[in-house]
Amino acid sequence: MKADPKGVLTGAHFLDGDHACSEGAISAGCRFVAGYPITPSTEVVERIAERFPLVGGVFIQMEDEIASSIAILGGAWGGKKVMTVTSGPGFSLMMEHIGLAAMTETPCVFVDVQRAGPSTGLPTQPAQGDMMQARWGSHGDYAIIALCPNSPQECYDLTIKAFNLAEQYRVPVLLMMDECVGHMTERVIIPPAEEIEITPRRFYDGPKEDFLLFKPDADLVPPMVKAGDGYRIHVTGLTHDEKGYPHMSPTAQAKLIPRLVNKIKLNADKIIEYKEDQVEGADVVVVSYGITSRVALPAIEQARKEGIKVGHLRLIVAWPFPEKRIQELAAKGKALVVPELNLGQIFYEVERNAYGKVPVTLVPHPGGTVHNPKEIYNAIKSIRHGG
Amino acid sequence: MKGVEMEDQMYEIEETMPLNPVESFLRMDRMPHIWCPSCGIGTTVNCFGRALETSGLDMDKVAIVSGIGCTGRVAGYLNLDSFHTTHGRPIPFATGLKLANPELKVVVYSGDGDLFAIGGNHFIHAARRNLDMTVICVNNFIYGMTGGQVAPTTPISATATTAPHGNFEQPFNLPYLAESCGAVYVARWTAYHVRYLTKAIKEALAKKGFSFIEVLAPCPTLYSRRNKLGDGLDQMVFYKEHSEIQHNIDTKTATLDFQGKIIVGKFVDKERPDYLTLMNEHYQKKFGDKYTPYKG
Repeated sequence: MKADPKGVLTGAHFLDGDHACSEGAISAGCRFVAGYPITPSTEVVERIAERFPLVGGVFIQMEDEIASSIAILGGAWGGKKVMTVTSGPGFSLMMEHIGLAAMTETPCVFVDVQRAGPSTGLPTQPAQGDMMQARWGSHGDYAIIALCPNSPQECYDLTIKAFNLAEQYRVPVLLMMDECVGHMTERVIIPPAEEIEITPRRFYDGPKEDFLLFKPDADLVPPMVKAGDGYRIHVTGLTHDEKGYPHMSPTAQAKLIPRLVNKIKLNADKIIEYKEDQVEGADVVVVSYGITSRVALPAIEQARKEGIKVGHLRLIVAWPFPEKRIQELAAKGKALVVPELNLGQIFYEVERNAYGKVPVTLVPHPGGTVHNPKEIYNAIKSIRHGG
Repeated sequence: MKGVEMEDQMYEIEETMPLNPVESFLRMDRMPHIWCPSCGIGTTVNCFGRALETSGLDMDKVAIVSGIGCTGRVAGYLNLDSFHTTHGRPIPFATGLKLANPELKVVVYSGDGDLFAIGGNHFIHAARRNLDMTVICVNNFIYGMTGGQVAPTTPISATATTAPHGNFEQPFNLPYLAESCGAVYVARWTAYHVRYLTKAIKEALAKKGFSFIEVLAPCPTLYSRRNKLGDGLDQMVFYKEHSEIQHNIDTKTATLDFQGKIIVGKFVDKERPDYLTLMNEHYQKKFGDKYTPYKG
């Protein structure tokens, strides 16, 4: 399905990542946004508030992030494509509803413009410290999808992708921006609406008497209806059966929860996206994402100039994690270097998949600014020297 | 032979018995419910069903949202589009549901702890915004599901598991709170006042804007037992003997003391444009013809 031309600002723009994210949401067909101001994400909802009245959307500034994160779930069951936007402290408050969204298979998009934490931390300065929280922050077992843009253009493109994946898999999709990408202004091309591919909601179209709200299709994802369609649905955060009724038993748990994880796990190859540069012939591969993937470039260039064979693998989808690809690289004996704006998060995922076959070097940074490329260069170089 | 005939006869009698009129509003395939014998929540649900029956509403367009707790289970028993959300958050869920699909009549049905402790912030803001929804709070003065802890509605001197020496915190006066925040319809009844309550629910459902009903209900297992107030029936007798109907009273005076006088009635019934009306009017003024009124 193609995008609704209403609201698609086709053309070349000079936008920051936050505003590009707002435009991506509008292009994707998002028409309900609930949010609460928090630096450095606020510009996303400011632009939504500005633009929504004339494109048929409703924006509401809720009383806190807890309210925002569940208002969008109500909005999704009311039939809209929905989003909320926040940063670290607000993201922490939203965790319970990421769990509710996963449990009730509610399509929705959470945007986290990461700043340095923990707690209030450095509100106006970047970090990538919420990557593990994105994956594991709510209690219990579930799966989500998380995307990592590294430019305003990607903030636009990946916001659309986030909505499409949310609808495809009926899952919360997390757009893991960072302060740099959010506040960086660059050229953003918004294509004509007819060139924007949109995934519509998977509305049930079978006979009404056969309808079961949580009966999955072959890809483990159940089709959906909305409130008011006459199906008299019941949606609960309790463990439930295919009808949606609470079922307080290990049997029901064993049927439901693995499916919630498997619908992402077994479709991971279709979901995972990364970009590689000169990985094949490389001895060392830098694995990076978000702003750090750009900071790593001068380090990689410098090392290549000195004759070191360095490849670059940039994660676009961080969760589900490209386990197989890391395993392949490790099997080929490529040393791995992981710079990130935290003290080790995605690093552990890379290390786990390297199975101890190759050295995996973390280039940590507590956030507040980006790495000095020299730190990444030094890490590459020390591997070369067997360090 | 005779026995078999009698059984057949009995079976036939059962088949032809008229259904309880409330049954069509319930998910009978989920019965029996989890509530204790002589708990008041079921009585309020019965009143809700009766109110729906005469409301003239299209039941496919009525959605019910609950939080967590004993009353939080109401959504799961009603044969409507029903949402059992997280603790304290049915109102913001209902906010999103209503704004996304304004043709729905959205009812929030939850308990005092859910709506006024963990969810208190959402209540005051939804009332302030005058979102078009009905909030029914079953107030049993205590946390039931978790085993009888003190609530923001527990009267002074009543005991609870987390106030074993008696409560000394001042409880909320819920009608006063609701009115102060801007609710357009506010009433309080008890599980004893089934006809008044049914009428109040019907009025609240017909009201455009944020309507609020507090229903006092017995919790025989925890509140009554801990405070030696007898069983549910004893509490109903108490409600009957100690309630005083005072419509339109200044809600400030509608406080509740431990086993004291209970002022019930319809306290507020006024007009104020609801959130979406205000939004549409505002943007029409601002943008003129460029703005298409939002209908969902």
